[in-house]
Amino acid sequence: MMKLPDSFSNIRGRETFARSQVLQRSWPVVLDLCVAGIGLACFYGVVVIARYWFGHPEPEIVISQSPRALPQYAFYSVVRIGLAYMLSLVFAIGYGYIAAYSKRVEPLMIAGLDILQSIPVLSFLPGVMLAMVALFPTRQIGVEMGAIVLIFTGQVWNMAFSFYSSIKSIPRELSEAANIYKFSRLQKLIQLELPYAAIGLVWNSMVSVAGGWFFLMACEMFVLATRDFRLPGLGSYLQTAAGTGNYAAITWGLLTMIAIIVATDQLVWRPVIAWSDKFKFEQVESSSRVRSPLLHLLQQSRGLQSLRQHTIVPFGESLYRRLAEERTVGTPTKITKVRGEEAKTGIASTLLRGLIILVAAGVVLYAAWQALTLLRQVHGSEFATILKGAMATFLRVNISLILAAAWTIPAGVAIGFHPRLARIAQPIAQIAASVPATALFPVILLALIRIGGSMNIGSIALMLLGTQWYILFNVIAGAMAIPSDLKEVATLFRFTTIQKWKTVILPGIFPFLITGMVTASGGAWNASIIAEYFRLKNQTLQTVGLGAVISAATDSGQFQILLLATIVMAIMVVTINRLVWRPLYRLAETRYKLGG
Amino acid sequence: MQPAIIRAERVEKYYAQPSENRIQVISPTDLSITAGEIVALLGPSGSGKSTLLRMLTGLSTPSAGEVYWHEKPIATAEVNVSIVFQSFALFPWLTVLENVEAPLKARGMDAAERRKHGMKILDTVGLDGFQAAYPKELSGGMRQRVGFARALVVEPEVLFMDEPFSALDVLTAENLRSELLELWQNKTIPTQSIFIVTHNIEEAVQLADRIIVLGRNPGHVRTDFRVAIPHPRDRKATAFTQLVDYIYKVLTQPDAQPPALPQTSTGKTVRDQRQMHYQMLPHARPGGIAGLLELVLDHNGKDDIYRLADDLAFQIDDLLPIVDAAQLLGFLTVTEGDAAITPTGAEYANSEILRQKELFRTAAVENVLLLRQIVRAIESKSDRSVPEEFFHDMLDEQFSEDETLRQLETAINWGRYAELFDFDASRRRFIQSEKLHHDADASSTAEIDA
Ligand SMILES: Nc1ncnc2c1ncn2[C@@H]1O[C@H](COP(=O)(O)OP(=O)(O)OP(=O)(O)O)[C@@H](O)[C@H]1O
Ligand SMILES: [Mg+2]
Repeated sequence: MMKLPDSFSNIRGRETFARSQVLQRSWPVVLDLCVAGIGLACFYGVVVIARYWFGHPEPEIVISQSPRALPQYAFYSVVRIGLAYMLSLVFAIGYGYIAAYSKRVEPLMIAGLDILQSIPVLSFLPGVMLAMVALFPTRQIGVEMGAIVLIFTGQVWNMAFSFYSSIKSIPRELSEAANIYKFSRLQKLIQLELPYAAIGLVWNSMVSVAGGWFFLMACEMFVLATRDFRLPGLGSYLQTAAGTGNYAAITWGLLTMIAIIVATDQLVWRPVIAWSDKFKFEQVESSSRVRSPLLHLLQQSRGLQSLRQHTIVPFGESLYRRLAEERTVGTPTKITKVRGEEAKTGIASTLLRGLIILVAAGVVLYAAWQALTLLRQVHGSEFATILKGAMATFLRVNISLILAAAWTIPAGVAIGFHPRLARIAQPIAQIAASVPATALFPVILLALIRIGGSMNIGSIALMLLGTQWYILFNVIAGAMAIPSDLKEVATLFRFTTIQKWKTVILPGIFPFLITGMVTASGGAWNASIIAEYFRLKNQTLQTVGLGAVISAATDSGQFQILLLATIVMAIMVVTINRLVWRPLYRLAETRYKLGG
Repeated sequence: MQPAIIRAERVEKYYAQPSENRIQVISPTDLSITAGEIVALLGPSGSGKSTLLRMLTGLSTPSAGEVYWHEKPIATAEVNVSIVFQSFALFPWLTVLENVEAPLKARGMDAAERRKHGMKILDTVGLDGFQAAYPKELSGGMRQRVGFARALVVEPEVLFMDEPFSALDVLTAENLRSELLELWQNKTIPTQSIFIVTHNIEEAVQLADRIIVLGRNPGHVRTDFRVAIPHPRDRKATAFTQLVDYIYKVLTQPDAQPPALPQTSTGKTVRDQRQMHYQMLPHARPGGIAGLLELVLDHNGKDDIYRLADDLAFQIDDLLPIVDAAQLLGFLTVTEGDAAITPTGAEYANSEILRQKELFRTAAVENVLLLRQIVRAIESKSDRSVPEEFFHDMLDEQFSEDETLRQLETAINWGRYAELFDFDASRRRFIQSEKLHHDADASSTAEIDA
């Protein structure tokens, strides 16, 4: 699900998972309610559009199982991921920028980030798909857009938070330097904000893209009532192959997947990490660096250099000149402006703004109310099912967390303490972690059915597969962060193994462990939607759980149940974050912070 | 008298507090900067030097009052100033030349012109050959040279510096200082005036034509006078050392009227300090206090603070909080820059650790209101514990948020040392101190945790 850049040990101080960054802030409940209201309103809008389309069936696409079709399918999937990622990047930067610089909407936007991160993306799948199909002229484009939008919603929030918190943590004197030398907003963005945020963005991009693969595998092919949505791609290929039990095709599909991941790592991430090294905000040169021959090649290329010289450079120069002129021309007009006039326009704009806010609030309230009336159609017995499912999924999520912690803590500490082991284990773990668990899931289920295992075990396995890496990589980072003098003290005083774990290792990795667990917990809830309800070989495998309720409601088009179950899941995730993880995180920050 | 380049008229600054009352950092202050002078701003930590500097540059707006740039309100004027920062504030991802060119780029200068100006200024500050290096490849002194180059490349009318030499070692600082002075005196740079914030008294006396000393709580000008010693200034000369001693006295006696100047002075009247409820606890560790007292005792119980600092190889600014703390506890008295040990102080310095703690305990309860209140509060509660928040809120009315936190930290430090109380960091509560053997236990685990 996620990757660990080699330079991880150098950036861990500043960059943690966005989900856990939310823990550090708190805000009034009113804001949460606002966000919830807006969320409900959005949901209602989507449902309205979706209902409109529900009456237009169309022929379906056939997914080939021939290995020869694979390159093309892989290409489609990669393009989808790429487009969604670009969209996420632009949106994340815009969102983070506005949140950081406009005091008025900042708290609302940040509360929004927290909740949006906690909402299970997959329960939006039917609504978004139907809406997109309705909005676009041909069905295929609609489904394509739906997939892209869904992956986007899964990717964007941690990146937005990363950019936001980077801007917020820019050292005061650096931004004062930019201000005293009268940098324009553009120059400040290019020379200060983007570079400062670059490493965080790269790191979160890698996590996001891995998460994108996870969702793409699930949403390239799914059923909604009688309608069957398919997109030609690697995900649908794997699902089709698993559905018919075609082992050769499964093998080919998985090999392609791994090839793509290795290629992305070598051709995209490594050069990007090597390049982003220069944005590291540190005063001394670090010894270990990621190297990339490809980057070297690109940087040395004469052709590219001259291309740059003739396009970007002159364009940038003229832009800067224009901005500077605007500023010098702009100042005198500011002075000549009559005070009275200023006041008048001030009143007018305040009025206008008030009106806009009022109208927006009205629309939001109306739509939220409509969404809530949908809920009235939910019967008591269905409500009971949802609650029972929530309990079951809660147990499952925690079992998977405990299992994950049980193997990752010793393994992570061993890797973190032994550089030689790390050199062997890390690349393997990285590749393993990058394979989307959803791609493996059909295969695992097939195997489970063979040996007579139940869906209950299968779903825990998928949660584990999807989220254990968050914990592992954080534990490794935590173990590496334990100062060697502490370890030496332990050796010097001949601590027993238990004593060593209790006094040095566990307290040392605690903050990192918490960070990993928060992220893993959120991920596991989300994964439950796929994990508890799965179609294989024309039969539906399912177990009791909130995720299963959501998926089943999706299948049968029961929007009221879908909405209620989604709300319950979002509330559970947010509540667990607030009641369990945030206090633990505080404890970690205050008591177990090393070198603080 | 020359017309002022920058003139501040009754500027004030306060910061909003979460608890609805606001903290005044600068009380109404008049100040002007005229052409041809180097102004040094001295003052204890937290007295608002940086805050004042930022208001004078237009970076931050005063809460009340107005700053004028050539008699126009600074917010609307086309201001031409630069700042050299203590932390250098260079962009690590830009090369030396790109860093220096960045302000020119903001002014819309074209590439060839930029390069010419950039290279010329790098040459001036002695950095030719380093234009392609990244800041992290340079030493601290070199980095600050880049900082100077970037500040000078825009040919600022006023050059502001916020403790520009504090992050450098003594020799490097001395070197840079004299080079700067040379550029200024030879008029190599078109800068009209220099405004430097510093902690270093000697630095101020060496550079400045005019020295301003700020007092704190809230920040106000305590004295503002011209330095009439001709350049080059000899650190050993009587006039020089007299002036250093004088400023030193002003700084060590925050409550007294500044004494008469040894030179010609244009000192201003000092505002009455606002009546304070809590004393400001100096941020000194008990170990430091013990060390100082022992040293004073070794010097026959009385010595010049300046010499003590020298002996310890301490920056005077690092020693002052310790002296203040010892004075507050009644272990030392300070008159005219001389520290004299009191009988309790002498006993403290001569005792072994348990007795020391006892003496400290008595002195702390007697002299420090905050500690006394904490102890009383704990005793009056049935569960023998009081939330930190309680005292936080009371201190908050008097100090800024940062200072409140530091005050609490120091109080916890002292209280723990004196075994007046203990502090449970996870619950953020003051609790009754445990028995001694427990204490020994706790401190050994704490060491590993910390
Ligand atoms: N943004 C802020 N909010 C609240 N209080 C602030 C803020 N900025 C500064 N202060 C407070 O204002 C006071 C003066 O700060 P300032 O940085 O100007 O002091 P200084 O004299 O430059 O100190 P130093 O010598 O440590 O640099 C301090 O008590 C500080 O805590
Ligand atoms: Mg300062």
